[in-house]
Amino acid sequence: MWGSNARSAHPIFFHHILKGIHNGARMYCVDPRRSDSAQWADVWLGIDVGTDIALANAVAKVIVDEGLHRLDFIEKSTTGFDDFVESIQSYTLEYAEQTTGVPGDVIREMAIAYATAESAQICWTLGITEHHNATDNVLALINLSLLTGHVGRYGSGLVPVRGQNNVQGGGDMGALPNKLPGFQDVEDHEARGKFEAQWGHPIPAKAGNHLTLMFEAMEHGDMKALYVIGENPAQSEADVGKARRIMRGLDFLVVQDIFLTRTAEMADVVFPAAADWCEADGTVTSSERRVQRVRKALEPPGDAKTDVEIVSMLAAELGYSWGLPKAEELWDELRSLSPMHAGMSYQRLEDLGGLQWPCYDEEHPGELFLHGRLWEDPPRGRLAPFSPIVHAPPVDQLSDEFPYRMTTGRHLDSYNTGVQSGGYDSPLRAGGTIDVSPEDAASLEIAEGELVTVSSRRGSLEAPLRIDEALRPGLVFMTLHFPDEADVNQLTIEAWDPQSGTAEFKATAVRLEKAAL
Amino acid sequence: MSDVTITVDGRSVAVSDDATILDACRDLGQDQPTLCYLENLTPVNACRVCVVEVEGSRTLVPSCSRSAEEGMVVKTDSPRVRLSRKMVLEFLASSVDLSQSTEEVHSWLDQYEVDVARYGPQVTGAAPRDGRHAGHHAIPTGLTAETVDQPVKVDNELYIRDYAKCILCYKCVEACGEDAQNTFAIAVAGRGFDARISTEFDVALPGSACVYCGNCIGVCPTGALQFRSEYELRQEGLWEEDEQTVTRTVCSYCGVGCNLELHVQDNRIVKVTSPMDHSVTNGHLCIKGRFGYDYVQELGDDLASTPIDIVLKRARSG
Repeated sequence: MWGSNARSAHPIFFHHILKGIHNGARMYCVDPRRSDSAQWADVWLGIDVGTDIALANAVAKVIVDEGLHRLDFIEKSTTGFDDFVESIQSYTLEYAEQTTGVPGDVIREMAIAYATAESAQICWTLGITEHHNATDNVLALINLSLLTGHVGRYGSGLVPVRGQNNVQGGGDMGALPNKLPGFQDVEDHEARGKFEAQWGHPIPAKAGNHLTLMFEAMEHGDMKALYVIGENPAQSEADVGKARRIMRGLDFLVVQDIFLTRTAEMADVVFPAAADWCEADGTVTSSERRVQRVRKALEPPGDAKTDVEIVSMLAAELGYSWGLPKAEELWDELRSLSPMHAGMSYQRLEDLGGLQWPCYDEEHPGELFLHGRLWEDPPRGRLAPFSPIVHAPPVDQLSDEFPYRMTTGRHLDSYNTGVQSGGYDSPLRAGGTIDVSPEDAASLEIAEGELVTVSSRRGSLEAPLRIDEALRPGLVFMTLHFPDEADVNQLTIEAWDPQSGTAEFKATAVRLEKAAL
Repeated sequence: MSDVTITVDGRSVAVSDDATILDACRDLGQDQPTLCYLENLTPVNACRVCVVEVEGSRTLVPSCSRSAEEGMVVKTDSPRVRLSRKMVLEFLASSVDLSQSTEEVHSWLDQYEVDVARYGPQVTGAAPRDGRHAGHHAIPTGLTAETVDQPVKVDNELYIRDYAKCILCYKCVEACGEDAQNTFAIAVAGRGFDARISTEFDVALPGSACVYCGNCIGVCPTGALQFRSEYELRQEGLWEEDEQTVTRTVCSYCGVGCNLELHVQDNRIVKVTSPMDHSVTNGHLCIKGRFGYDYVQELGDDLASTPIDIVLKRARSG
């Protein structure tokens, strides 16, 4: 587990991990906090925030130095090994210990355990991806799996655990600036032509902007209208004060949501939507690429309509007559255009409790894991490249003025900006606190429950202090669940990864002071 | 896996060598009554209602956990088995409130001709039982049937514990423990007839290790553990199970893809369960999946037109 607190954020996935642990599987947990998940680990590696590449490269160097890399797999199925080995030479255990805060012998132990295990997986979530160098972090982990052959085999693999019930499905369906449904490239003429023929309309031939670039375009006045569906950027964006200023500068904002969110409050037009998971029919795709049916159990309130109805009605206003297609009809059209979904009829999804893509025809059972092709002889398709990666510390550096490293994450009973989870009374709800280590609470002379002023280079807020023994001195924590109480994204930095567009929510430099009464 | 062949009530059946006698019976379409057994939990052999007679075995054996062995000859309906099951069910039915147990449980009470009246009138009075110590109570007269009647524990917004309905099947302990949730908030406390399910030192749930996954409710066969919403609706006589629809969908929170069964009455979600046969959840959920649906409920406050809403609202007011 690397940068994932699945015990709290993905509890039922963690049930499966616990079964493994009870069956004798060993778990190493890399996390700045001794999280709920870390408490189940054989070894907890309390890493300093944003030093994952230094750790991963040091692990790789141990594996290579000890001769534990899997040369047959590397030679047959990968490229760039020699350059990669050269790139990790400076990542000695001494350097890694100094940079990451994890003792060298512990790094060495994990490296040897990972390399010599019959099967091993690396699971990660936003602790890896909410950094300015998110893609590099992921590539550094991929390097480890290529070194050891822990990929594309039953029981081994790379497991990014998805944070939303259909964030995978959104990508699958082409809600990405450069992809059509089924991950077909929008700039691929043949693929695009297929969709254009089916839809009877040309599709822009160039990749669009991802969210972060959209905000830049809005800031520069290149983008003047925005249509937001089921997202709450007025509370979820990093450096949210700036994001709100930018959105206020728009000529026209449309928001389609099940609630009048803070973003919807800013809108010129609001489309009240039905809740997809219980007021409409359709599918979602889970973290394990499993496409499953969602079904209508409730009538939506008032004038709320399903997303399909709203989009169809909007199309009618724009002069296109789509009628009101049923979810299954849309899905069948998707199956005709996206080969990896072709075998997933509604009937099969119903009978089998979901199917994991790719699923090419109605006889195909779906794939339990990907990249098995790398083990074929010779490997099918493109060989897997090693990526030389250089450690780069968080953008928001610690200083005398901002000496604490703040990171963010989820609580078990709450979710994202609280739009959904705020609706029920949870006996566990802790509220928007600033969590600090017992040592820091003592040195700051602030007691639990007392108000603290938390300031970063971008903003400042007040929140009650909570002592958390899972934190080490110098590390503080806030959740994103309670923006109305503690607007944590006033503090976070919008520095973002140029490849994924994800902002560095996980690493903010802050100052703590007892709030003036 | 090799097959083993056993005989059940004169019929021969081949099963895999990791099958239990219960598996073999089910293969033959001869399900056996079970209270403490559930497919997604490790058998604890607590209830003894599934016992069968195995030729050559001195005692009756629990079919839910005993492995099928080559050549085994099993009787599931012999007089000895029937008597044993009758006694087990009578002891439970005379001491526990089974009124909200599953329909299956009631069918077994009929099947084994359970006669509760012969134990005398049931002692009720709803005194708390958590402070009891083994051996420190009055000697029964034998004229009345001792019961586990006690007040309902209502100490949080999400679920209630009505241990007057508890048959000590241990399923909740298993689900809270190693079989699923691994939180270990509850265990069996006390001895003998005073044995009971308890948090540590009988603290209220909000002070315990409980994380409100509700997986204990999901496995409870008698209604001892209930959604607060179900409990309050039953109290008001508004729980209409026959009118409820059950729709399977996928949880709206994280990316794990847990399947939910939404129990809906009057266009309101009144309970959430999870299918046991689904490989993602195996019947288990977390607090968000099980209870985090209020944001799609638009509860009215007009007593005349939306009485169910008033009750649901009250259920969540803590």
